[in-house]
Amino acid sequence: MQLEPMDRSTPVLAMTLVEKVIARAAGRAAVRPGEIVTAGVDFAFAHDSSGPRRWRPYLEQLGVGIWDPSKVALVSDHYVPAVDAESAAILSDARAFAREYGVSAFFDMVGICHLVLPEHGLIRPGAFIAGGDSHTPMAGAFGTYAAGYGATDMAAIVATGETWLSVPQTVRVEWSGAFQPGVVAKDVMLFLCRELGLDNAFAAIEYGGAAVDAMNMPERMVLANMAAELGFETGVVAPDRITFDYLAAQGRPVDDEAVALALRSDLDCTYRAVHRFDATSLAPQIARPHAPDNVTDADALGDVAIDQAYIGACVGAKLGDLRMAAEVLQGRKVAPGVRLLVAPASSATTEQAAREGILTTLLEAGAILLPSGCGACAGMGAGLLAAGEVCISSTNRNFRGRMGHVDAKVYLGSPYSVAAAAVAGRIVDPRPMLARPGVAA
Amino acid sequence: MTGIPKPGRAFVFGDNIDTDVLAPGSLMKLSPEALATHCLKAIDPTFAGAVRPGDVLVAGANFGLGSSREQAAVSLKILGIQAVLATSFARIFWRNAINLGLPALVFPQAGEIASGDRLALDAASGLIENLTQNRRYVISPLPEHLLQMIADGGLIPHLQRRFQGTAA
Repeated sequence: MQLEPMDRSTPVLAMTLVEKVIARAAGRAAVRPGEIVTAGVDFAFAHDSSGPRRWRPYLEQLGVGIWDPSKVALVSDHYVPAVDAESAAILSDARAFAREYGVSAFFDMVGICHLVLPEHGLIRPGAFIAGGDSHTPMAGAFGTYAAGYGATDMAAIVATGETWLSVPQTVRVEWSGAFQPGVVAKDVMLFLCRELGLDNAFAAIEYGGAAVDAMNMPERMVLANMAAELGFETGVVAPDRITFDYLAAQGRPVDDEAVALALRSDLDCTYRAVHRFDATSLAPQIARPHAPDNVTDADALGDVAIDQAYIGACVGAKLGDLRMAAEVLQGRKVAPGVRLLVAPASSATTEQAAREGILTTLLEAGAILLPSGCGACAGMGAGLLAAGEVCISSTNRNFRGRMGHVDAKVYLGSPYSVAAAAVAGRIVDPRPMLARPGVAA
Repeated sequence: MTGIPKPGRAFVFGDNIDTDVLAPGSLMKLSPEALATHCLKAIDPTFAGAVRPGDVLVAGANFGLGSSREQAAVSLKILGIQAVLATSFARIFWRNAINLGLPALVFPQAGEIASGDRLALDAASGLIENLTQNRRYVISPLPEHLLQMIADGGLIPHLQRRFQGTAA
């Protein structure tokens, strides 16, 4: 993908960031919401569950290979590590597919696709990205159009390099001020689930304001990731110095910062709506069973005792999330009768957490370390729940039956809230546990 | 479309039917046919056993929210569901259904349908007829390129025709 400097010699229609990305991918000077266009895909990816085993029969039926293997990545993160012959076969097939179809960007059991791809600098500002997973919008934190697709759509995309879409309207959400200590991007998203509901299909969400500008990339990734929970097809943050520094740190700096900085909504663009919130007044948020919009302030929840606390998934087990957990767990123990499971989102996360002493803090508190992968969040890995059990989880979804038995109850919260619940044995506002002068995190 | 399909019985559900109840993640290693027998089990244990080919699934808002897993739509197709009518759909489910040749139609009056009503519908013209209540509705039809895709049997057969140069 080559981003071209915008031609200013002729007046162009004012567009949102999302419209700009789509227009370029569609080879158009401008697009308007509601237009049906065909977009060229800059980057496509899938995982072991949604990719090779679904694509292969379709590609064979069509008699074609992958349109451009250099623009496709595969990440084995769902059935990892194999626990039986069936999951071993799925992983084996993914390896064979990557080899046969020439996909060199193949990441085998090193973490969850939505984190592994940015860790390798593969998410480029301005790109049109198609992913075979509903949390693909996480890449929108880098100023991309990134949407999730089912297996048939993805097979068609890797066969042709293009897909159709109806240009979405953009909703802008602005957060002014600064968040209190102990309030993080996960609380923002649970709050937005409550405010905006889950039924926002065929629209995009754009985040901005001083409190978003101040977030690091992993926190912005949480905003973009959970655009999926809100039902938006993509969620974006305009690229800035923080974006460029992150990409440079991965050894893949942007080609031209001035061009990338133009990836922002025009001042006179048209939004479907603009919502403004004050970051200073936001409290830690908890989603009750069985939907991410069943949300309340943590201190208004009432008494909920837990059996399990789970720190995992693309959204909730990045390095920053493990640091949050360690900040709470430093010098404390997991409550008797409670199990705290930690599945770091990538191998790089585990490595760095080990270097920083975070793993030691977690393990001394009584945490059980699990492999990196989608794990129990996808209902596949270790950490599933029995009937009647109660879990608080740093993941993004709590639909009935998602993490095990249909009669299990899953609450969602930030890594702070999950760690605090593990210590207290019940769900609590984590902030009192953070106010500890003299204890280094 | 080749003629108007035969009427089917309505199975009515509420808002926010998610992909975890349509196709539980913990069962995704099962064959598609076996997985389909668990479709909607968490909220209606009798559904998969009671539904017959040609029946129609009617629901409220945001049908199919959650995962991108296509098995949610595949399960409904295996069970013989003729079409899904809902007041709104989650985007990925909606695309998945149409890609598989399963019409997913936005039907603002879905709340007027009762379980067991006999429905006749024609996705191409947007005509829905409730034979039990003797009411007719006309909804916005799908865009032309999607009707063509459904007529071809779904996205892959549609692409196959394109690659073979036999379709527009």
